[in-house]
Amino acid sequence: MTTTTSPDPTTDSARPPYAYGDLDRLMGLMTGDEKHAPSATSTLDVLWVLYDRILRIDPARPHDDDRDRFVLSKGHGPMAYYAVLAARGFIDERTLAGWAGFDSPLGWHPDRNLVPGVEVSSGSLGHGMPIAVGMALGLRARGKRGPRIFCLVGDAELDEGSNHEAIAVAARLALDALTVVVIDNHSASLGWPGGIERRFAVEGWSATTVDGRDHAAIEAALTAPHPGVPHAVVAVVEAKS
Amino acid sequence: MIRPSMRQRFVSVASELLDSDPRIAVVTADISAALFRDTGAARRHPQRVINVGIREALMVDVAAGMALEGMRPIAHSFAPFLIERSFEQVKLGFAHQGVGGVLVSTGASHDTGAYGRTHHGPGDVALVATLPGWRIHVPGHADEAEAVLRDAVAREEPGYVRLSERSNVEPVGYSDALTTVRQGGAAAPVVIAVGPMLDPAIKATQDIDATVLYATTVRPFDAAGLRAAMTGTDVVLVEPYLEGTSAAEVSAALSDRPHRLLSIGVPRVELRKYGTASDYDRAFGLNSAGLRERIGAWLAAAKATATAR
Repeated sequence: MTTTTSPDPTTDSARPPYAYGDLDRLMGLMTGDEKHAPSATSTLDVLWVLYDRILRIDPARPHDDDRDRFVLSKGHGPMAYYAVLAARGFIDERTLAGWAGFDSPLGWHPDRNLVPGVEVSSGSLGHGMPIAVGMALGLRARGKRGPRIFCLVGDAELDEGSNHEAIAVAARLALDALTVVVIDNHSASLGWPGGIERRFAVEGWSATTVDGRDHAAIEAALTAPHPGVPHAVVAVVEAKS
Repeated sequence: MIRPSMRQRFVSVASELLDSDPRIAVVTADISAALFRDTGAARRHPQRVINVGIREALMVDVAAGMALEGMRPIAHSFAPFLIERSFEQVKLGFAHQGVGGVLVSTGASHDTGAYGRTHHGPGDVALVATLPGWRIHVPGHADEAEAVLRDAVAREEPGYVRLSERSNVEPVGYSDALTTVRQGGAAAPVVIAVGPMLDPAIKATQDIDATVLYATTVRPFDAAGLRAAMTGTDVVLVEPYLEGTSAAEVSAALSDRPHRLLSIGVPRVELRKYGTASDYDRAFGLNSAGLRERIGAWLAAAKATATAR
């Protein structure tokens, strides 16, 4: 059962000696700032835990068929994503400095054709989760039970109705290879009365809510068994100012 | 007469392809899902025949996700829901990701006459044609639809196959190139008939000295074939969807030659009528009588202009 396997991040030899503490500096190569406001880093801790402790990936083999897949659906504000990809060895940190320039592979929205390790080109909201559902169905159709799919969305992104088509169908089709992480920085203009977790739970997902800055809690939530059903982790961070 | 249905042929061919090629998947949003149960394909391949319910936006992105996993997905619904409703998914799910897939519509333009405007989709080809890298096919007969489907599925690039309830009596054959159906005399006008418009175009021009070319593939457009067929200056483009959809392709193909172009297709109007597809053809001047009148008047006016010079 893939969903109950304990995480086994690849310990590739080429892994550069970056730590969580380096991420601010790496982001600074793009933003020019030493320190970053919480609103610029809402995804940072979840991304770090995913890439440091959860995802079975190897930057030397970014297209390995047995890798875990990470889909950044919320493609905007990708500095934290690029910083983590650099820390994890997918991007040379020298590439960060020219970001968003005409010839840079790193734009305001990531393109899978330009950046190794980027699974899905995103930007327009509400496509990542539906595509991740298709990826999970593709893996199932190919008989591949090993790889897992993690998809990150934002709480405001959930406004897009296409996500709700995906939430319903992922559970009805029992896509247990799929985990969706919702970064909740309370930026949905009309809010989610009753909570985001319930939107998933009512459709039959395994769902939980954690502190989006607590690495141990994030790791525990991302590794919780969810046999036969997809899994949702709502990671709550500071409200967007 | 009852002609073989392109939609039924699609279901039987896709069901056969599912049996022979493990990369093929079919994704539906209720439309035609029962037909894939009838062929047994849904039972034989439950992991590759996916019905997502009435969720067309999801259907297209699911197909894209399966393509990202190395599969060759076929997504299928009525043209307005597959293309118009889901257009951003079509735009971002395939060429932008760098993967392919095949979109197969049924219920072309006003095929579903009495359903009204909500179920009519004459803008489908024009919309898909705004995207880079897509092959667009408009078969005019079930046999051509089958050949198109087999070819589109075997390729890697994105493909759109527009199936219709309307059909020519006999197939010409599927080709990427324009096929000469009738050869006119020196400097004769060239009539390009697309898909199911061939039979009415042939009948409409039977008393006119014209070369008639037939197209089942409109993107990429066979510019070289048109240039080779042109011995005069006059081109008549007869398309079964939005009027002028391929006019820019014709103009580009002939950009260095003096030419005149008459574009015939579905006009931009809210007709607010029901009835049958034939009723719509009559109203839009797309049956043989309507085509004869428009083409004849245009050629006469063009001739008068030429004489006046």
